[in-house]
Amino acid sequence: MPLDLIRRLTLPFRNPVATSRYPESAPLIQFATHGIPEIDPALCQNDGACVAACPTGAIKWTDGRVESIDAGKCIFCSACVAACPHDAMSMTPLVELAARTRDGLVRPTEGPALGPSPGVEILLADPSAVEHVRVRVESKLGRSLHVRHLDAGSCNGCDWEIAALLNPYHDVQRLGIDFVASPRHADLLLVTGVMTPNLAEAARRTYEAMPEPRLVVAVGACAIDGGVFAGAPGSGNGVGGAFPVDVFVAGCPPRPEAIIEGMLMALEKRG
Amino acid sequence: MSEPSAITSRAVLDLLAAALGRAVEEPGPGAVADTAREGEVAATVTREELGAAVGTVLGTGARHVMLVAFGGAAGDATGERAAAPGAPGAAATAAAATPLAIEEVLAVPAGPLVRLRVQIPLDDPTYPSLTQQVEAAVWDEREVHDLHGIVPAGHPNLRPLLIHNPPPPAAPFKPFVAHGDGVYQLPVGPIHAGVIEPGHFRFSAVGESVLYLDARLGYTHRGIERFVEGRTFADALPIVERSCGVCTVTHATVYSRAVERLTGTAIPPRARMGRVLLAEMERLYNHVGDMGNICAGVGFNFGTSRLAWHKEQLLRLNEALTGHRYLTGVVAPGGLRLDLDERGLAGLGAAVTEIEHEVRSVVRLLVRSDRFMNRLHGTGILTRAEALRLGAVGVGARASGIADDLRRDRPADGYADIEVAQVGAAAGDVAARFHVRAQEASASAALIAELAASLPDGVVRVSLGNNPAAGTVALAGAEGPRGASWLWLMAGADGRIERLHLRSASFANWPVVASVVPGNIVPDFPLINKSFELCYACTDR
Repeated sequence: MPLDLIRRLTLPFRNPVATSRYPESAPLIQFATHGIPEIDPALCQNDGACVAACPTGAIKWTDGRVESIDAGKCIFCSACVAACPHDAMSMTPLVELAARTRDGLVRPTEGPALGPSPGVEILLADPSAVEHVRVRVESKLGRSLHVRHLDAGSCNGCDWEIAALLNPYHDVQRLGIDFVASPRHADLLLVTGVMTPNLAEAARRTYEAMPEPRLVVAVGACAIDGGVFAGAPGSGNGVGGAFPVDVFVAGCPPRPEAIIEGMLMALEKRG
Repeated sequence: MSEPSAITSRAVLDLLAAALGRAVEEPGPGAVADTAREGEVAATVTREELGAAVGTVLGTGARHVMLVAFGGAAGDATGERAAAPGAPGAAATAAAATPLAIEEVLAVPAGPLVRLRVQIPLDDPTYPSLTQQVEAAVWDEREVHDLHGIVPAGHPNLRPLLIHNPPPPAAPFKPFVAHGDGVYQLPVGPIHAGVIEPGHFRFSAVGESVLYLDARLGYTHRGIERFVEGRTFADALPIVERSCGVCTVTHATVYSRAVERLTGTAIPPRARMGRVLLAEMERLYNHVGDMGNICAGVGFNFGTSRLAWHKEQLLRLNEALTGHRYLTGVVAPGGLRLDLDERGLAGLGAAVTEIEHEVRSVVRLLVRSDRFMNRLHGTGILTRAEALRLGAVGVGARASGIADDLRRDRPADGYADIEVAQVGAAAGDVAARFHVRAQEASASAALIAELAASLPDGVVRVSLGNNPAAGTVALAGAEGPRGASWLWLMAGADGRIERLHLRSASFANWPVVASVVPGNIVPDFPLINKSFELCYACTDR
């Protein structure tokens, strides 16, 4: 099979290194990428069209004006952009949306222009961020950061983005981060989903099986406070009620880069 | 393409009348315009007549589609319907107070969908179980028992399915296990070692060989069906769509088609073909990802990595086209919510063709590897008879010699205008499912390249027609990556949802997986599981 052999031998040349340099480089986005929506204060007439259109109540309306957009509730559907009669709203390509506190995800519509979240700025300050991260991980833990994933009743979207962290593009192992099979080996718990009553016991036992100190990152709108399922009969409206959360990663689902950012922020928090 | 109906709706009603010895008429209220009801027929039967009526319809070669219970909000006995009085929509439903009823839905090949409605008295919520007649209904009947407190009398396995801790007097869940010398139990889950969804699997094994597998799901049950009751058609969309995050196009499509049937809405040409394009993009990334997962099940890292990379490339194309890596938020009642991005569409055909070329070369390497194929051949065999008996759908059915594919059998939207290649295999093992998936991925890529170049211009969405009368029912199905998903939708007043039931392809196939595993060795379970590639989220809802 000479043709086949040639194909195999030339594979590395046809497919050069594909792996991302994130967080050293910016996340890869596409033309149409839906990041967090943004309001242009110059065009906004404060008529509340976006507030009415939002399916999850992410846009806060106080005293007759739009006060803030809650990234933790946003599902990035762009219904607000379509509803605005003044073209004041647009979907930004900003997808790195992690915060150390729940309130940190609420983005006021006034004040200085909103840039990337602080976690990214810290990382970008260092010219060789990938190396920096690996050194940080090793100096803190003496080994890799071991991560356990916990599905607490998600739709599988966040879980597939977490699985994508292990593909050759995102490849989190290059950062000294690895996924482990047992919570007993884990430093960090990545939790997705609304926390259903059927999973409450298993989730609690997973958390308790982890050695101290434990880090918890809530991934996605459902884990933050229920997402589109907030108030559903089988929804615990997020994982905050079950155990303390160190970092919240907004998205529906969050991009793999945002999940990486969230894990790195949790590590910084451990400090 | 489907043959002209061999059996008409009228013929089905006549058959039922002959079997039951009385005139059979369709239940009201609010018969929709004839065009919307095309391919669908309904009849009301009594509890005593149900067995005979189902037997008559099965006599035409019909298959089970779903069993749905509805109404009786004030009187149901257990589960979330009684437990969640404060949930949005509860008031609207309670006010409507439709009588408690069930509907068994069957699909006649090359004929109509038959809905057999049975009224269930609130003071005696029971009916004779259908599971002995229609084994595919086994989990449906458990769900009806869980959520409505209706007892299918004579059901062989009435353990809780979705409500894990039912209030007394319901019996708590007990796993089914085998007993005997040397038989041991191996509990796995609900929290698994990999990055996957939660489910509990109880293996009864002798040495490495599995004697019996009891699968317990329902862990991610969020109560979506209850949650959307009383909402408007538009408001329910983001919730129904997220029943499962990786077949969002399928779920948004079945929901949208049901709403369009209820309101008599015809969608514009660009949306008709756009939905086909999106559905094939979804099939392609799922199939490529799953072939990679089968490699992971074997422990063949080369294939896992290569196919994970190609899946990542496909997710990027999804994002370039719709702004979302999993195509969420595009399909909507009336057409498409967002137009496909022209910049994403421009390069789509060439990019997909190139990725398909690379995927095919990886698959070629895989099938030439004896070590890889040895694990696949003869593993997890699903015979044709077993597939028919248990109601397997999708790739699982097509790899066992059943030519079912809703895209061909009941084409809707753009599928009515195009020819979908028939793909299949007969062996019914993991290798057969791998082959079917590889062939379907190639066919999808060819279809995407063709559609990307020929997508009609124009608007992508029209406003919905008139609100249907309360109590009107519509059924819609779509062939997703995991097989046929069906949605049953009953309208309430003012364009709101009275009751919605989604029977996903994964729901149909889970009992099949559990029955295929015995006889194989424990380490082959992940491989068999991945060859069917089922979701937990849309099974549990």
